[in-house]
Amino acid sequence: MNDATPAKAALPISVGGLTKTYGNIFALENVSIDIKSGEFLTLLGPSGSGKTTLLMVLAGFTRPDHGSVKFGDNEIVRLPPHKRDVGMVFQNYALFPHMSVEGNVGFPLKLRKVPKPEIATRVERALETVQLGGYGKRGIDQLSGGQRQRVALARAIVFEPRILLMDEPLSALDKKLREHMQIELRHLHEKLGMTTVYVTHDQREALTMSDRIAVINHGRLMQLGEPKTIYERPANRFIADFIGESTFLPVEVKAGKAMLGGRQIRTATPPEGEGRRLVLLRPERLHILEGKPPARLNVFEATVRDVVYQGDSFLMVAVMADGREIAVRGLTRGARVSAIPAAGTSVKLGLDPDETALVPDDEG
Amino acid sequence: MNDEKLSDAKLSDAKLNDTECGGEKLHARELESDARRERLALLGLTSPALLLIMIIMVIPVGWLFWLSFIGQDGSFSLENYARMIHYKTYFRIFRTTFEVSVLTTAICCLIGYPLAYFLAHLPQRIANLCMIAVLLPFWTSLLVRTYAWLVLLQRKGLINDLGISIGLWDEPLRLVNNLTGTLIGMVHIMLPFLVLPVYGSMRAIDRDFVKAAANLGATPTQAFWQVFLPLSLPGVFAGSLIVFVLCLGFFVTPAILGGGKVVMVSMQIASNIELFFNWGAASALGVVLLVVTMAILVVASKFVRFDQIIGGGHGR
Amino acid sequence: MRWLDQPASETQITHKHRLWLYGFAILVMVFLLAPTVIVIPMSFSQSQYLEFPPRHWSLRWYEHYLSSPAWMLATATSLKAASLTMLVATPLGTMAAYGLYASRMKVAGIVFLILVTPIIVPVILVAIGVFYVYAKIGMVNTLTGLVLAHSILAIPLVVVVVSSALKSFDLNQEMAARSLGANRFKAFLMVTLPQIRFAVLTSALLAFLTSFDEVIIALFVSGAQNSTLTRNMFNALRDQIDPTIASISTIMIVISSGLLAATQLLGRARKS
Repeated sequence: MNDATPAKAALPISVGGLTKTYGNIFALENVSIDIKSGEFLTLLGPSGSGKTTLLMVLAGFTRPDHGSVKFGDNEIVRLPPHKRDVGMVFQNYALFPHMSVEGNVGFPLKLRKVPKPEIATRVERALETVQLGGYGKRGIDQLSGGQRQRVALARAIVFEPRILLMDEPLSALDKKLREHMQIELRHLHEKLGMTTVYVTHDQREALTMSDRIAVINHGRLMQLGEPKTIYERPANRFIADFIGESTFLPVEVKAGKAMLGGRQIRTATPPEGEGRRLVLLRPERLHILEGKPPARLNVFEATVRDVVYQGDSFLMVAVMADGREIAVRGLTRGARVSAIPAAGTSVKLGLDPDETALVPDDEG
Repeated sequence: MNDEKLSDAKLSDAKLNDTECGGEKLHARELESDARRERLALLGLTSPALLLIMIIMVIPVGWLFWLSFIGQDGSFSLENYARMIHYKTYFRIFRTTFEVSVLTTAICCLIGYPLAYFLAHLPQRIANLCMIAVLLPFWTSLLVRTYAWLVLLQRKGLINDLGISIGLWDEPLRLVNNLTGTLIGMVHIMLPFLVLPVYGSMRAIDRDFVKAAANLGATPTQAFWQVFLPLSLPGVFAGSLIVFVLCLGFFVTPAILGGGKVVMVSMQIASNIELFFNWGAASALGVVLLVVTMAILVVASKFVRFDQIIGGGHGR
Repeated sequence: MRWLDQPASETQITHKHRLWLYGFAILVMVFLLAPTVIVIPMSFSQSQYLEFPPRHWSLRWYEHYLSSPAWMLATATSLKAASLTMLVATPLGTMAAYGLYASRMKVAGIVFLILVTPIIVPVILVAIGVFYVYAKIGMVNTLTGLVLAHSILAIPLVVVVVSSALKSFDLNQEMAARSLGANRFKAFLMVTLPQIRFAVLTSALLAFLTSFDEVIIALFVSGAQNSTLTRNMFNALRDQIDPTIASISTIMIVISSGLLAATQLLGRARKS
């Protein structure tokens, strides 16, 4: 969380019972989220999940069928977009080609009847914040993709909104630039302190930047929590599958014990309820064991099938006795390269019970 | 920062259930009326234009429709339509109109297709330059163009003078005040209406299709007849449709170049009003023309999408 | 003549084999251009009988046109009617095109069809229908009546041209403007309109020309003091060939070419 005190206090957002249908299709189904003041919340989900629809409802461009949207204490679900005073960054930036950079960035100030000299100062300050100081006179067509993205950002923050909405703003950038901008955006958020709602389908991006993540699929909120929680304790199979890599093994839960075949799989806390669950195995959490395995670890025996060298890491796919595949990911480090088991050898894979999670066997 | 456990996920589940059990749809009615109001306001922007068209066109044409069922004595009757079936002149007029339209359309296709093909294969910049040959007549008043042909096709006009001096023929040909002159004039007027959609559809043909045909063994001629031509047919159909429908209702060119020998439906309508004040006859003819035109368009709309023609066809 | 052996298309057919096509195409282009072009020198001919090329050059037909009160009045009427049509049809058509584009209702398709009907219905019908109604309310031979009738011919053109420009316009920009504090109207004025201005201007020129060149409606609805140029020309042509028409035609060709050049320049300026 950020400790900076912003010029204007950030607003909390409260969404309640939001539903939006197109014909028979639920774009949003009864979504309720409380976003804390100054928080960086990511709406994460695959294409068509409803995350962009939710953002558009917050911005005022999509009218829900019913529901409540509150900024602070004010109900604003019926407020038209131009009165909402939120900053918005679009996926394709939507910069005005017939205006210069300073024309674009100054546009919201002009609408708010800010006097001209003040517009110039604030525009330059906003451009400096995004590291484009002095670019005011340039035309939009003279800018690179990354620069345009930053102008869009400057335009969205220049009028000091208390809420910032971003619709996959980094999706058009190449990998290196995207990763750089992720950190930049996070720094910006910490500096300016406004409540930020960020939409992405890239789970790594969500894990990198967010205070909390709201996973959305089929128009419904699947899980809301901190990145660590979502990653280590996904609420259902969809989330476990969507975030990070995973292998699932079916287990039977009976009397507080999770049984795989005849063996008990130990978890950090005893599993609740009864019935079928899935053990979530993250490739990077599995250890390749040598010698006698420690008693407390969950051990899986398998035969190595493929080993793929990927530069900084390697991926090993092994097959268990019942035919299921397990993926293991490990770092390549000098001597350890030669220590990677070759195809055909038997391995014992260990997983710490603290890192063993059970997931309901459904899509949520 | 404590580790939040599986219970965190359960919390949000609980929240969902709360609202579901509550059952109320917050602000549903107001949101719906907001949405409706906004949509209507936007559609309302079209209302001045719609109103004008309703008043100036729909009402008068509707009135004409009604008039066609009024006989000479002022009462309801079908005599206007009956007259069309009885009198041979009307049949001749319909036949002439149909013939002129079909011939014009056919000639336009025959000479317009190669031109469009030629233009579509030029580099874009040169093609744009050559398009002036198509666009300039298109933008020039049809009265001016018809007049130009009137002068050119005279017995002592440029064409005859040239032909005789080169030795192509001895006697001045009768090129005007007859069907020939009318056709020449109408083809000239209608040709851009065909070339523009066909050119548009040809430009849109992915050249990879032709390359694929060549790669699979087709000679240039075969590639054209079996791949390119079929792909260009929608544009040809659209263009022919536009030309044909325009020809049906055409007035100025046949009136001037036909010398009275070529009588089209529109001319008959005009003379019925101007000379005889016979509103019944004129409106009946008009109704028939309109119904035929609409019928053709309705049938054609099953085969072709109009927004493609209007949006993409014209070079304007 | 190396060029003759170069390939002319993807099928590697050479230019040599396509010469017949090039020749034919050039003939057709000559056919299209020649009449329009030839009228121009003919208008400078001295003799009563239009001849090409003119044996003696003279401006007498231009003088006759410019000094004739009847022709001048008709020209003024045509110019006034065309300008007014442009001023009526362009805003109405642009508003309608924008309304259709932004409303996204299913009924928009039907509304579009209605807006486009004037160019589908045969003009003669519109002409006599309007004449009939105008006769009843005493609007025959008025400028207002003429402008209203021409406007409905021009509106469909404006709607089509502006609609196709809007189709390729990025709606997100209007949304961005609205998120920054502009209501729909301001967003349209400050963001959308500047970017579709070339289409709007082109459609305005089209509206002008539609009215200026229009013959049939003018024949019925204009007359006496408000007779248009085209009406007078048509009547003159039906009676005899007055060489003055050649000079008027030349002037009209120059106007048309000028407007065409303007639209091409507008189109080019937009792309740059």
